[in-house]
Amino acid sequence: MKIKALSAPYILWMALFVAAPIVLITVYAFTTSSGEFTLNNFSRMGSYLPVFGRSFLLALIATVICLLLGYPLSYILSRESPRFQQIALMLIMLPMWMNYLLRTYAWLSILENTGLLNRLLSALHLPTLNIINTPSAVVLGMVYNFLPFMVLPIYSVITKIDRSLIEAAQDLGAPPANVFRRVIFPLSLPGVLSGITMVFVPAVSTFVISQLLGGSKSMLLGDLIEMQFLGTAYNPHLGSAIALVMMIIVLVCMLVMNRFGQGEEQAVIL
Amino acid sequence: MKKVSLVSRLFTALIFLFLYVPIFVLIAFSFNNSKSRTVWAGFTLKWYPQLIHNDTIMSSVYTTLLVSVIAALVATVFGTMAALGFFSMKKRWRAPLLAVNNIPVMNADIVTGVSLCLLFVFASSLFHFNLGFGTLLIAHITFDIPYVILSVMPKLYQLDHNLVDAAQDLGCTWTQAFFKVVVPQIMPGIVNGMLIAFTMSIDDFIISYFTAGSHGVKTLSMTIYAMTRKRVTPEINAVSSLLFITVLFLLIVLNVREIRQEEKLKRAARLQK
Repeated sequence: MKIKALSAPYILWMALFVAAPIVLITVYAFTTSSGEFTLNNFSRMGSYLPVFGRSFLLALIATVICLLLGYPLSYILSRESPRFQQIALMLIMLPMWMNYLLRTYAWLSILENTGLLNRLLSALHLPTLNIINTPSAVVLGMVYNFLPFMVLPIYSVITKIDRSLIEAAQDLGAPPANVFRRVIFPLSLPGVLSGITMVFVPAVSTFVISQLLGGSKSMLLGDLIEMQFLGTAYNPHLGSAIALVMMIIVLVCMLVMNRFGQGEEQAVIL
Repeated sequence: MKKVSLVSRLFTALIFLFLYVPIFVLIAFSFNNSKSRTVWAGFTLKWYPQLIHNDTIMSSVYTTLLVSVIAALVATVFGTMAALGFFSMKKRWRAPLLAVNNIPVMNADIVTGVSLCLLFVFASSLFHFNLGFGTLLIAHITFDIPYVILSVMPKLYQLDHNLVDAAQDLGCTWTQAFFKVVVPQIMPGIVNGMLIAFTMSIDDFIISYFTAGSHGVKTLSMTIYAMTRKRVTPEINAVSSLLFITVLFLLIVLNVREIRQEEKLKRAARLQK
């Protein structure tokens, strides 16, 4: 009885600062500035379809690239010596301690038309690249920022796979490719699903990366929402509606994925 | 265990290169004798002493550290209490509460940010206050607590209930048993939760941006964001390099200590045989 009461302050806190804001955003999405009910905020969203499309497409591409780089990396790391693994993990987490805006800004110095990469290329008499202010630069920024979120959950699941299962498969004559395909990969799936969520959600809603690396042409959902709250196009009602729709699409995606993973991913996040 | 092939090693090296090139560029340009971010104009240390006289940067570093430390400590206390409370509940109550607890973790930062922003603006018009350090702190505590709970809960599940009974059989009061048996066992989870909370607070930009108001309260991330819209001074490279070196140093110390302890344990194990 006594112990249960310990959670009372936090339950109150959640009601005030987790539940109430969500209710408020829903109310805002369905009202006008004078407080009347409206669906206008949603019907106006049609003109923003290209922004929705671009955000989800770029986030999807970034997630796939993160998976293609992150899975092999996690797998390779899990086969290294414990000391190596410890140092490598530390090196993967270390960049997170340096402000990500600044790390993204550093890419600007590298990718600019007169930036470090192009200087290097022209010094080697190679053709220069025009990456900055294109969608590729935004995808690169996303992959760079969110790759650790893909590696960490996959790595933690792969290292926990029971070695005897792999040995059993080998003893029963499975070639290495089959051991991977039929034992290791299925068992690492919860980590993969959790990695996908942890990369996709921040990627689809970012507004800093696109502003820094994408120039003015590649506006994403995050930019659009930010503009409605703190930017030039002040309209929190429309902003709430966009945020709500984005939240719902992301939730539905995650529910579908949870179905695939039979809800196992929850345990993997931390 | 099979040996890791050369191709795999190369792949790993390339990814680490990708992760670290921007950081090297940042650190290198904190020693650059010009404000350019691409042209090298010779070596200088001048940005480091200048940093101390840059009030914008210094006050935002101070705000960031203050809000992160307070938020992490408050979140650790309330989060641990909440985890204990949730743990003692029936599943019927625990499951929905944990689901609400997960909302800030699962939601995109921008949704958490704008929804808190709406709440604070709404409340400020009712109670006549300004968004500032207070609202920033509330926001940080709100997104920190779930991480503490998520890292304490598993430790509670691993707890052996017989130990608490044994302590009470041996004459401990309930409170003594709690502080002498339960708390030490879940301590790794609590410490881990606090570290995650602190890291999340230090690294956060989006939620702070929407909840700190427009009255001059700025975290380091917000100052950097404001600068990227105009011009980034090399002082900001200098402050980031300093922070980076500090964390690197701490991690190395921690790792070396851990390795030493492991070796000590191994030696002790060998002696016992």
